[in-house]
Amino acid sequence: MPTKNIYLKELESESIYVLREVAAQFERSALLFSGGKDSIVLSYLAKKAFAPAKIPFPLMHIDTGHNFPETLTYRDEWVKKIDARLIVKNVQDSIDKGRAKEEKGYNASRNLLQTVTLLDAIEELKLDCCMGGARRDEEKARAKERFFSHRDEFGQWNPKNQRPELWDLFNGRKNMGEHFRVFPLSNWTELDIWQYIKEENIPLPNLYFTHQREVIERDGQLLAKSDFLNLRETEKGKMMQVRFRTIGDMTCTGAVLSEASTIDEIVAEVAASRVTERGTRSDDKRSETAMEDRKKAGYF
Amino acid sequence: MNSSPQRSLLRFLTCGSVDDGKSTLIGRLLYDTKSIFEDQYEAIKTSSEQRGEQGVNLALLTDGLRAEREQGITIDVAYRYFSTPNRKFIIADTPGHIQYTRNMVTGASSANLAIILIDARHGLTEQTNRHSLIASLIGIKHVVVCINKMDLVGYKKELFEQIRSDYEQFSSKLQIVDVQFIPISALNGDNVVDKSANMPWYGGSTLLYLLENIHVSGDENLIDCRFPVQYIIRPMNDEYHDYRGYAGKVAGGIFKKGDIVMALPSGFVSKIKSINTADGELDEAEPGMSVTLLLEDDIDISRGDMLVRENNQPSNGQDIDMMICWLNEKKLVVGGKYAIKHTTQDARCVVRDVHYKININTLHRIEDDKNIGLNDIGRISIRTTRPLFFDSYRKNRHTGSMILIDEATNETVGAGMII
Repeated sequence: MPTKNIYLKELESESIYVLREVAAQFERSALLFSGGKDSIVLSYLAKKAFAPAKIPFPLMHIDTGHNFPETLTYRDEWVKKIDARLIVKNVQDSIDKGRAKEEKGYNASRNLLQTVTLLDAIEELKLDCCMGGARRDEEKARAKERFFSHRDEFGQWNPKNQRPELWDLFNGRKNMGEHFRVFPLSNWTELDIWQYIKEENIPLPNLYFTHQREVIERDGQLLAKSDFLNLRETEKGKMMQVRFRTIGDMTCTGAVLSEASTIDEIVAEVAASRVTERGTRSDDKRSETAMEDRKKAGYF
Repeated sequence: MNSSPQRSLLRFLTCGSVDDGKSTLIGRLLYDTKSIFEDQYEAIKTSSEQRGEQGVNLALLTDGLRAEREQGITIDVAYRYFSTPNRKFIIADTPGHIQYTRNMVTGASSANLAIILIDARHGLTEQTNRHSLIASLIGIKHVVVCINKMDLVGYKKELFEQIRSDYEQFSSKLQIVDVQFIPISALNGDNVVDKSANMPWYGGSTLLYLLENIHVSGDENLIDCRFPVQYIIRPMNDEYHDYRGYAGKVAGGIFKKGDIVMALPSGFVSKIKSINTADGELDEAEPGMSVTLLLEDDIDISRGDMLVRENNQPSNGQDIDMMICWLNEKKLVVGGKYAIKHTTQDARCVVRDVHYKININTLHRIEDDKNIGLNDIGRISIRTTRPLFFDSYRKNRHTGSMILIDEATNETVGAGMII
């Protein structure tokens, strides 16, 4: 059932326009797919943008090896459902090759290492454009991002010298070795995404819905107990009724206590929520400008 | 939050000088409509305390980049979102600093409405004039002038009236259809979301009420049919063997199934067989909608071509006059060649002449200074390498706008509005 909501239609139309612009302006693009709701919506819109033809670019998953198993199951089913091509690049390979070094300690995460694998993949596959599901409402550094965001030959973002972006004229010109990051969902908010998922009836990984899970309480966060999480001696797992608001690595994605078992209940919960979804992500809390610093280096 | 299906989208920008309190006003709108989340609020509260500031500095919400926090100014356009049961809002918070004016142009190009902030203590400034001119030039039809910091001038009506009449005098030379004035204190929230008890003499509406209720539907051109072809969809499989769809976003007018259309530049005429979307066929498509058109006849059409009505065609030519806003440190070069993007068309052009530059304070034409540098606005003539199909910017923002690109650096250097 397609949405009848006027403003969601407007957002959908804008995103489809951007996706088509990518297909027209770039030769080798890929859609960065994480298995989270934003990249699910983005790939769903890509399907719509080119229907009845196939999506003219592959989905690419940078697999940290620390994913929730549910995410991977969902990923493979979803790719089949939308008839897309999937490329998987593993952070473990970057570590084995000595390109990336595993963090140590209790808060060790492979979040930062993804950048190495991503930039290597861009070089190897000669990609000139990577689309991501990032939204401007997520985080203050992302609020300043363009739809078409230029990256230099080192994959770096220069926030102080971004190209002005006027009307809907997107300038994707670049030199050899440079690439673009494109964010078709820039103007969507978390609630818009959920409303859209609801109205379009898009299937999601069951991690987003309430379930019983063994979690560890750490620094005010509920982290899923898993082999990837280094436990302190005092830390013990506890069964709780939770769900996830965002889906990232098991090591840095916090769960929220929730009874929401349907999209309707999630929409109600998100609308009433007084904390942003990034509030459940410890990767953003490392410093005040953690996201800006990672983005400058080539992060998603 | 229950969203009704009728809930529409309003894009607006805020502009003003460095200390006029733009970021504070946005912080106030977000805070009072409960669009600020607790973790965001806690984070800026902690930052404010660390900086030794009194109270919570709402400006820190929008000043996200490290350099902005260090210098206490907004450098880049920041987009913010909030909604009420009536509308969803996209705010472009644009810099006031002169060296970042190009970012205001960016924010303005996609906005329907501009909020111009004036510090009640200082009245109109050079920046006020510049921002108003840009807003007018870039086709913003609705301007709300917020006279801010009324708390610092004792909420005096006379001062508000004086600034209002100064602005009215200035703006009568501009092409802004609808100008409204509101006395506010962004810091304390007077007349932002709630009516101010401090200014009983003000009988108008609050800023939020105005934003929620203003009509902007008439801003698109619903008469002249323009469909720049963006992408050709050809599935090339057994099921859709002969499918050839012209994907794009309607840039003007209303296209209906069965309409006779003409393809430019070829001039071939055909009939719209169907208007497709992934959710099925539509009877008609209006400006802003991304659709795929199928034609009865198999004619040669590619990206950059335009579908129009035979008896209502855009201008067609290689010699184009336009107003240009320069966005780059490297000055415009007369005789210089630039790449251009116009609708879905790529071309190149040579700048033939600079006719005049505009003094942004007086709006006077300066005919003897033809140097167009960063932040300058002027009128130029270009010749393009191939014919473009265009309308005047006043008639259609989509078919009347273009960007100039430096072919050496690939940077977007100019924003052109066709006369």
